[in-house]
Amino acid sequence: MLLLVLADNYLLMFVGWEGVGLCSYLLIGFWYEDHYNAYAGRKAFVVNRIGDYGFSLGMLLLFAVYGTLKYDVIFSQAAHGVGVWALGAVTLLLFVGATGKSAQIPLYVWLPDAMAGPTPVSALIHAATMVTAGVYMVVRSHVLYLLAPDTMLVVASIGVFTAIFAASIALVNNDIKRVLAYSTISQLGYMFVGAGVGAFAAGIFHLMTHAFFKALLFLGAGSVMHALSGETDMRKMGGLKDKLPVTYWTFLMATLAISGVPLFSGFFSKDEILWQAFISPHGSFWIWLIGVIAAGFTAFYMFRLVYLTFHGKSRVPPELAHHVHESPPVMTIPLSILAVLAVVGGYVGVPKVLGGGQHFERFLEPVFARNAEELIGHLPHHSASLELTVMLISVIVAFTGIGIAYLFYMKRPDLPVALAARFRGIYTLLLNKYYVDEIYNALIVQPIFHLSNSFLWKVFDVKIVDGLVNGVAALVERTAQRLRRTETGLVQNYALGFLVGVVLIVGYYLVK
Amino acid sequence: MSLTIPTVNLAAIGPELALTVGALILLLLSLGRYRRSTGLLLAVALGSLAVAFALVIAAWKAPVEAFAGSVALDRFAVGFSLAILSAATLTVLLSLNELERSYLLLADYYGLVLFATVGMLFLASATSLVMVFVGLETLSISLYVLAGQRRTQASSLEAALKYFLLGAFATGFFLYGVALIYGATGTLQLREIGTYVGTHGIFGSPLFAFGVLLLLIGFGFKIAVVPFHMWTPDVYQGAPTPVSGFMAAGSKAAAFAALVRIVFVAVGPTVVNWTALLWVLAVLTMFVGNVLAVVQDNVKRMLAYSSIAHAGYILVAIVAANDLTNSSVIFYVLTYTFMNVGAFGVLSALASRDKEALDVHELSGVGYQKPLLGLAMAIFMFSLAGVPPTAGFMAKFYVFSAAVKAGYIWLAILGVVAAMISVYYYLRVVVYLYMREPDGETTAWPRLVPAVGVALGVAVLAILGMGVWPGSVMGMLRQAAALL
Repeated sequence: MLLLVLADNYLLMFVGWEGVGLCSYLLIGFWYEDHYNAYAGRKAFVVNRIGDYGFSLGMLLLFAVYGTLKYDVIFSQAAHGVGVWALGAVTLLLFVGATGKSAQIPLYVWLPDAMAGPTPVSALIHAATMVTAGVYMVVRSHVLYLLAPDTMLVVASIGVFTAIFAASIALVNNDIKRVLAYSTISQLGYMFVGAGVGAFAAGIFHLMTHAFFKALLFLGAGSVMHALSGETDMRKMGGLKDKLPVTYWTFLMATLAISGVPLFSGFFSKDEILWQAFISPHGSFWIWLIGVIAAGFTAFYMFRLVYLTFHGKSRVPPELAHHVHESPPVMTIPLSILAVLAVVGGYVGVPKVLGGGQHFERFLEPVFARNAEELIGHLPHHSASLELTVMLISVIVAFTGIGIAYLFYMKRPDLPVALAARFRGIYTLLLNKYYVDEIYNALIVQPIFHLSNSFLWKVFDVKIVDGLVNGVAALVERTAQRLRRTETGLVQNYALGFLVGVVLIVGYYLVK
Repeated sequence: MSLTIPTVNLAAIGPELALTVGALILLLLSLGRYRRSTGLLLAVALGSLAVAFALVIAAWKAPVEAFAGSVALDRFAVGFSLAILSAATLTVLLSLNELERSYLLLADYYGLVLFATVGMLFLASATSLVMVFVGLETLSISLYVLAGQRRTQASSLEAALKYFLLGAFATGFFLYGVALIYGATGTLQLREIGTYVGTHGIFGSPLFAFGVLLLLIGFGFKIAVVPFHMWTPDVYQGAPTPVSGFMAAGSKAAAFAALVRIVFVAVGPTVVNWTALLWVLAVLTMFVGNVLAVVQDNVKRMLAYSSIAHAGYILVAIVAANDLTNSSVIFYVLTYTFMNVGAFGVLSALASRDKEALDVHELSGVGYQKPLLGLAMAIFMFSLAGVPPTAGFMAKFYVFSAAVKAGYIWLAILGVVAAMISVYYYLRVVVYLYMREPDGETTAWPRLVPAVGVALGVAVLAILGMGVWPGSVMGMLRQAAALL
C-alpha cells in the first residue's frame, strides 16, 4: 500500500496495487479450509482481475501516447494539450480498475463476500487501505480526469449510484459485517462523487475520516462477535449495551460520525462532498439529491444496526448468553483511540462558512490547486447562506434517518415487519441484494465456466496443449531409441561413420 | 635458403615448462620409495599447477610471443589456459576418492594428467600448425593412457583402445589437412596463412580448401562434433570417472582454443564460405547429443552425450563469428569446466570399492543421505541445463546472443529448443536425488574425502559466482577477445 501511494509512476503504482490485491485475496481466504472462505477469496481475486485488466489497458494506452508512465511528465504534457484525444479512453479504463479495487458498480460484488476474512483484516484492508486505492488513483490522476469531462460525469454518476444502491441493500441486511461492507461500498461511492465533481481534496478528506470511523465500526463489530463466539446475525443480538460498555460507546461515536451528525468527523467530510456536488460545474442538483437521500439511508441503517445490536431486549441464544463479556484491553484500547479520531478527525477540515480554516484542503492545495485553477476555472461565487441551507438540509435528512430507525426498532418493532409484508417485492429484492450475484452468475460466470469446462479444459488443454507437449516428448524418445542403434560399440562402425561424415562434407564442397 | 635463429623466450612456454618439470619429478618419484606417499605426490602436482597458474596470470599483463611466431601466450590463450588449469587442478583433487585410490598408481597418474595439461596449454597458445599438432598429440596420447588406468576392468581398457584407434584415425585426417595447407601456402604460421587467404580467398586453391576441411574434421573428432562423435559415450563411460570429466572439459577447452584461433587468424574473415557447414554441424551436434542423452540411464554415458551437445552450443558462437564470439566461447568453456568436472566428481565421490552408483536409479534419495554431495550435484545439473542463477545460464545466454547479434536467429532458436530437450535428462537426475525413495537396502556411501569436498565446493562457488556476477568475468574476457 505504501508502495502504491509513494510511487511516482503508474507502473510502480500498479505493482503496489497488485500487491495489496494479492494480500487481500490471501487474507480473505485465510481460513482456506472452509470452502466458502476459499470461494470468497477467489471471487475477490477474479473480480479484481477484471478491474486490473482495465487498469493495465489504460496504462498501456498512456504509455503508447506519452512514451512514459511517470506522473509529472504525463501530467505536464497533458496539461499542455498533448494526447488529449486519448484521455477519455485512458481515464475510463483507469476507472474500470478503480471500480474493481474500490468496489463500485459493477464490480463491487466481491466486497460483501470478503467479510469471510478475519475481522481485523476487514478493518484494515476492506475499510481503510486497500479499497481506497481506486479513489487515490483517480485523485492522483486528477489532471487527466479534468481533461476528460465526460469521464468525470461517469465517475460521479457511478459513485452516487453506488452510494444509494449499496445503502439500500444495507437497509435490510441482517449480518452485522455485511451491513458494514455495504456501508463501505456506499461511502466509497461518496468519495468517487467527490472525485467526479472535481472536489478531489474533499474526496481524500472523506477517505481519511472514513478510515477512522469505518475501522472503528469493523473492530467494534469484531468485539461484538468476540463476545458472542463469532455470531454475526443481528437478529440474535440485542441488549448488549450494558455488557459491552466500551464497545457500545465507541461504536456509537463511529455511528454518529458516519451518519453525518454535526460536529462529528463524517459530517464535515461528507458535507463537503455534497456541497461541492451541488455547486461545482461538474456536479449537478441530481447528484446532490441522490447523495442526500443516500445519507439519510446511511443514518437509518447505521442506527438500525446500533439498536438491533446494543438496545432492546436480548435475543442472544441462552447457550451463548452466559459468557457474554467485554473484550480485553488489547481490543478496547484501539477502539478508544479510533473513537477519539472518529470524533475529532473532521476538525482539520471545518469549512469556512462555519468559521473553520479548511486546513486539510490547504494541505493538499499544492497538489490540486495548481492544475485546478487553470483547468476548471474559478469556482462560481456563492453565498454563505446557500451553503448553510444545503448543510441544514443534509443534517435534517440525517436526523430523519435516525428518527425513523428509532421509531422502527425501539418504539414500534412491529412496523418494519408490517412494512416488509406490505412491500414484499421490494423487501425481497433488497434482501437478495437485487439478485446481482445471481445475474452475474447466470450471464457471465456460468457461460465462461461451461466454455472452460467443455472446451478449454477438456479439448484445448488436454488434447492440444498436453497433446503437443506429450507428443514432442514421445517424438524425442522415439527418435532417441532409433538413433541409439547407431552406437554399436564396434570401432569399425564408428570409423565407418566418421568416414561417411568426411565424404559427405568434402563431397559437398567438391561438387559445389 | 636463409635460416633465421628463432627468438627464444621461455616466458612464452613458462606454464608448460613448470608442468613438465612437475610431471618429470612425479615420474622419478614413481620409481622410488615415495611412490605411495600421497601427500608428497599431491604437493608436487598441485605445486606445479600453482606455478603454472601464476605464470599464466602474469601473462595477462604482459602477453608474450616467441619461437618465430609459433607460440603466443596472449590474453586469448590466458583465458583458455585458466579453464584448462582449473580442470586439471580439480581433477587432481577429485582423483583422491576411495575407488580411484584403490587402483590408481598416483605418481604415474598425476604425471600423465600434467602431461596432458601441457598439451592442452600448447593448443591454447599455438600459433603455428606444427605447434597445434604437437599439443594435440601430447594431449591425446596422455589421455589414451589415462582412459585405460583402471587396468583390471575391461570397459576401461576397451575405452582406451577405442579412443586410441579412432584418435589415430582422426589424427591422420588432421595431418593430411596440415600437409595440404602447407602445400598450398608454403607456410605453417597461422598469420601467414591468413595473409595467403587474404590474397587468394579460401577457395582460391582447391588444395587449400580441402586442407582446411580435413583440419576441421580432425578438430571435429577431438571436440566430439556429430558425425565424429561416436567414440565419446563408450570412452567416457569406460574411463575412470575423474578422467572422463577431465577429458570432456580440458580437451574440449584446448581444442576449441585452437579451432577458434585457426578460424579467425588463419582462415580469417572469409569464414562466411564455410559457416553453412558449421551451422549444420552445430545443429546436428546439439540435437543428436541431447536427444540421445534422453534415453540414457547410466549417468556417465548421459554426461558423455551432454558433452557432445555442449560442443554444439559452443559451435553456435563460432558460427556467429562476431566480436562476441571469443569472449562467449571462453566464458562457456570456463563454465563448462566447473560444472562438468564437478558432475563427474560427485559421481566418483559416490563410488566405493564395492559399488559404483552410475545408474540414475541408484542415485535415489542421495539428496537426503549425502546432503552436500546431493546439493552440489543438483547445482551442477541446473547449471548444465542452463537455469539461472547459475553460470550455465549466462554461458548459454552469451552464446545465443552472439548468434542473434550476427543474424542467425534460427540457429539460436534451434539451440534453445535443443537446450529445452536437455532440461529433461538433467532434471531427471535431480528428481532421483530428491524425490525418489532408495530401493532395497540402504547403501553405505563412502565418506567424503576432504580434498574432494574442497574441489567440489570451489566448483559450486565458481558456478554460482559466475552466474550471479557474470559481468566482471565477461568484461575481462572481452579484453581477451579484443587482442586477437
